[in-house]
Amino acid sequence: MATKIQIGKEAIEKKGWWQAYKWLILRRTSQISILLIFMLVPLCHWMTPGSECHLGWIMKGNLSSSKLFDTIPMTDPLLLLQIVAAGFTHIAIEAVIGAFIVLAFYLLVGGRVYCSWVCPVNMVTDAAFWLRTKLKLVGGTRFSRNIRYWVLGMVLVLSAVTGSLAYELVNPVSMLHRGLFFGMGLGWLVIVGIFLFDLFMTRRGWCTHICPMGAFYGLLGRLSPLKVRADARDQCDDCGECYIVCPEAQIIKPVLKGKEKGVPAVILAGECTNCGRCIDVCAENVFHFGNRYQQEATKTHKVRPTTSS
Amino acid sequence: MSNSQTKQSGSQSSSKQSAISRRRFLSDMAGTACGVGLFGLGIGLYSKSANAIKPLAIRPPGAINEVDFVAACTRCGICVRDCPYDILKLATLGDEVPTGTPYFTARTGPCEMCEDIPCVPNCPTGALDHSLTDINKARMGLAVVVDKETCIAFLGLRCEVCFNVCPLEGKAITLDYRHNQRSGKHAMFVPVVHSDACTGCGLCEKACILEDAPAIKVFPEHLAKGDLGHHYRLGWKQKKAKGGSLIKTQDKHQYNLPEGVHYDYEGVGLVTDEQGNPIVAPDQKKPAAPVENKNSQPERPMPGSSSNPLDVLKKGIQEAQ
Repeated sequence: MATKIQIGKEAIEKKGWWQAYKWLILRRTSQISILLIFMLVPLCHWMTPGSECHLGWIMKGNLSSSKLFDTIPMTDPLLLLQIVAAGFTHIAIEAVIGAFIVLAFYLLVGGRVYCSWVCPVNMVTDAAFWLRTKLKLVGGTRFSRNIRYWVLGMVLVLSAVTGSLAYELVNPVSMLHRGLFFGMGLGWLVIVGIFLFDLFMTRRGWCTHICPMGAFYGLLGRLSPLKVRADARDQCDDCGECYIVCPEAQIIKPVLKGKEKGVPAVILAGECTNCGRCIDVCAENVFHFGNRYQQEATKTHKVRPTTSS
Repeated sequence: MSNSQTKQSGSQSSSKQSAISRRRFLSDMAGTACGVGLFGLGIGLYSKSANAIKPLAIRPPGAINEVDFVAACTRCGICVRDCPYDILKLATLGDEVPTGTPYFTARTGPCEMCEDIPCVPNCPTGALDHSLTDINKARMGLAVVVDKETCIAFLGLRCEVCFNVCPLEGKAITLDYRHNQRSGKHAMFVPVVHSDACTGCGLCEKACILEDAPAIKVFPEHLAKGDLGHHYRLGWKQKKAKGGSLIKTQDKHQYNLPEGVHYDYEGVGLVTDEQGNPIVAPDQKKPAAPVENKNSQPERPMPGSSSNPLDVLKKGIQEAQ
């Protein structure tokens, strides 16, 4: 299917280069800045050897748990759940507050915003997908996307059974961001493994099939108000590019083609990562960011804004 | 995927097809469960060996016991960042220490025993116990003099480096003066570690002058220190606690036995009551024949006129008086 389509070509012609790459560029900027913020002080030490570095800490720790300006705690809520499941109950209040802060943030902006705007593994799997498309690799193993929810359950059961954060021993997501800040060791092998898995074995294999963190944030995202809307779905010309770029392509069709069935013009599925790539790539400006409670635009023709969202 | 297939076939309302897709759905489900189960089993088994407590991992000060630690530590590395001496590391995959957890290697970088313990208060979950405010009360491990063959103090040479670098000077490591049997006229100044004061900081291990492996090494306390059975009563300690001898010569002799413990002689208690009859241990269902009958038996350790061996002792005391 993807053999002749040059993804985004039409969008660039119609909307201009910036509009066709806006969300992708903003997303990469976000991912890289987050890594940089954690690395500022170590980088400062590294670049000025011998002399004192006067930079203060902005973010200390890693994505599992961190402190903003040495005061505001943040903790991965799934990790906190695992700690509780492992039977450790004397948790310091800081971790609990931190988990609620993170929970509240992703509840607001969309659970899987973590996946597409924060998680460094996303850059690895996106690269694998890009190369897979470039090399025109198709096929591989196909399996259910629901596996991730099973894995999520398994991770919690595993914590309870072993009485430890067993999944954290091998979790590639925490291994990568921790490794980038504190040293990878053999962790590179796992990351290369995921890259190869996504490249040869399964299209979008790790992030949309297996990763329990994505599954957790996906469940959270079901409740989020910030959603991708398809208010201008009448203008869809069936080019199919959004299906190609979407890491969760299965969630677009019911909304895009659901007007007759009375499906609201908003992608409510928790699996949506709010990456906004469908907005970029659509030459017809079908999609835009909006809130889920918004009423469907009655006059579809007025929705053709020059700036989406 | 399997979900959408069931829905599709359901709309086609062909019972045969829906039966097939139900089969398909169930077998997909079982396959998924098996796959995820195997994945979990693999990680679970790996965690068994990875979380097994390794002798090399010395945790930061305030670390709670290892079993709880691997459940509580988020592996965030804030302690690593807060250590002003950069001695803490987060374990990586393939290390001997569980992935992501903090540790230090005393031989190359020991804990410098900061008075304000900056690594502890920012720990988000309390895997490093926030109630630790006095670094001298930290118990990261316990130093052990492991190589008594090469340690030059045991060769009769003067060294005492470990004694001198110890931050709890004179408390955690003391020098024991021993006779040097080789020369016959000198003393050896032998280092002895005291677990009631040693924090396990590892400064002694770092300072040890031996090449490669040190003669004194920090181990997690549970590996380095056993537990004396509770039935042991150290007379000199009891004496010290009481502030004097526990018995006087005019005291009637009595055994100072822990509750439920009985001296036993041929199935009969050695302790007698006022009338001189042996007190039989309560768990002794069937007492042996009366002691009097065995008076003449030669294997009795303390033959005498009385059936009660204690009388022999009493007689000795009377004679002395």
